[in-house]
Amino acid sequence: MVTGRGAREVGGGLEWGAGSRRRLAKARAFEVAALMAVLFGVLALAVILGDLLLDGARHLSGQFLANYASRFPEQAGIRAPLMGTLWILGLTGLMAVPVSVGAAVYLEEYAPMNWATRLIRTNIATLAGVPSIVYGILGLALFVRTLGLGRSVLSGALTLSLLIMPIIILTAQQAIRAVPREVREGAYALGATRWQVVRHQVLPLALPGIVSGAILAVSRAIGETAPLIMIGAMSFIAFTPASLGDPFTALPIQIFHWVSRPQEEFKGLAAAAILVLMALVLTMNAAAFLIRSRSRLEE
Amino acid sequence: MSRLAAHREGGIPPGAGLGRSGVRVHGERLAAWLLGFCAAVSVLLTVGIVLVLTTETMGFFSQVSVWEFVTGTRWAPLFQEKSFGILPLLWGSVTVSLGASLLALPLGVLSALYLSEYATPGARALLKPLLEVLAGIPTVVYGYLALTLVTPMLRALFPGTGIFNAASASVVVGIMILPTVMTLSEEAFRGVPRSLREAAFSLGATKMEVATRVVLPAGLSGVLASFLLALSRAMGETMAVTIAAGSSPQLTLNPLDAVQTLTAYIAQVGMGSPAAGTLEYRTLFAVGMTLFLLTLAMNLLGQWVRSRFREAAW
Repeated sequence: MVTGRGAREVGGGLEWGAGSRRRLAKARAFEVAALMAVLFGVLALAVILGDLLLDGARHLSGQFLANYASRFPEQAGIRAPLMGTLWILGLTGLMAVPVSVGAAVYLEEYAPMNWATRLIRTNIATLAGVPSIVYGILGLALFVRTLGLGRSVLSGALTLSLLIMPIIILTAQQAIRAVPREVREGAYALGATRWQVVRHQVLPLALPGIVSGAILAVSRAIGETAPLIMIGAMSFIAFTPASLGDPFTALPIQIFHWVSRPQEEFKGLAAAAILVLMALVLTMNAAAFLIRSRSRLEE
Repeated sequence: MSRLAAHREGGIPPGAGLGRSGVRVHGERLAAWLLGFCAAVSVLLTVGIVLVLTTETMGFFSQVSVWEFVTGTRWAPLFQEKSFGILPLLWGSVTVSLGASLLALPLGVLSALYLSEYATPGARALLKPLLEVLAGIPTVVYGYLALTLVTPMLRALFPGTGIFNAASASVVVGIMILPTVMTLSEEAFRGVPRSLREAAFSLGATKMEVATRVVLPAGLSGVLASFLLALSRAMGETMAVTIAAGSSPQLTLNPLDAVQTLTAYIAQVGMGSPAAGTLEYRTLFAVGMTLFLLTLAMNLLGQWVRSRFREAAW
């Protein structure tokens, strides 16, 4: 057993005194306590998923996915928020990922090692820790008011892009840094230019890490509620956005509004919408995990 | 600009000269320029955040005195008789974050010790990603759980509990930040060299003594960094506290009472879509700035502590 090693060493050749027995008992108790701490987390996850399934599963149906929101719980559905979330998913992916990966490549492969680069790196790590609602304030002031984009799906996607860019840059930097130096030097020795090295050697090797980081970040974006509240995503919308300038709602916003209602039926609808959102988010997390674990560069 | 130009020249490795053609050099420059532009966007983002928050916050303080904001004990910007003391909101955020820490810090460190010192590689490979799922759950879901699951439990235990209370938000935020503490602490513990553990074992230490008297102190700076980053996450959390902790800014010591956090106030005003330029609109930025500076301080401190621990030469 785990304490076996301690037992042998403590007791080796000596009499088993009351003191060492107490120490061993303490050691066992500590191991049990540590195991309990881990199990608490696992149990919490199980309770969360179980509670959501119990409350929400009976509301899930084709109709629930196809209908618009309604005052009548039995007719209410998540068509508009689900479409809004898919819009956000696509737009933030398109806007945030290329710019972030470009920034990561620049910082790792091009930037001179000086104070300015170090400042930018610290800055990005710091940006990743800024609370999401602060990005919401920024989105409200910048996109909705100053640029006059209004409460549109474009404003929402831009705001969430700003939120996840630092996260994508950080993970992409890690992935690029994990590419062995020898690969670059081999290519340079054969006369490749910097961009050729990046394009043909570094990026292909770093790709799994970059992709999994990007998927995780986008999955975080579609779960965010607070920034969308700030830019004024509406809760009661009976149409799906058809262009970038249209108003929109999203799953987390719809969940928030159903949770805020006093009637029990709406809480059940909220749980059902949560199940749909969690299915999206957890599928993306699992995909990221699989891509990452199959990467050759990991450890 | 000249720095960039000089860098571009120096940036092309010597080998490039062998096959240099006009197209290739232009392509190189274009790539470097585009990538540099991408990096510049991140800098602009920071400048943007600071600029937007600062200008509107200055506008706020041209109407409300800084002294009242910092020392006032009543926050009532939306009432007839207005009052702008930030302390109740700050207190709400601190109450919820401290409550969350009471749960997350001990459990997180114990879990990290278990994963790094006791778990078999197989169990670790299974448990770690499973626990990290807790950090990936959208925060609005934690709000739902606080309101529909935790609060009813609390009300069964303590009949005086309000529908909205700080304790339920603390519990779910604690669960939410548990993986942050666990992951970073575990990383620190695994960085502790094997030789230290073996030296302790050879002196007759039990596994617990190795864990608590060798591994924990050696990884302490990593644990500290994880605490700071987790606290900053708890402080910035919005949805769980908006849904479950209520919207009553008050200085209360009772965790079963409703409070309002900095983030919950911002969300409350955001829902009402205030008109630009009004004092109500500007409170968003003053409160947002307070939140930004607080979390920034904790993050910077956390990063500093963490980098020190990484530099520690084992």
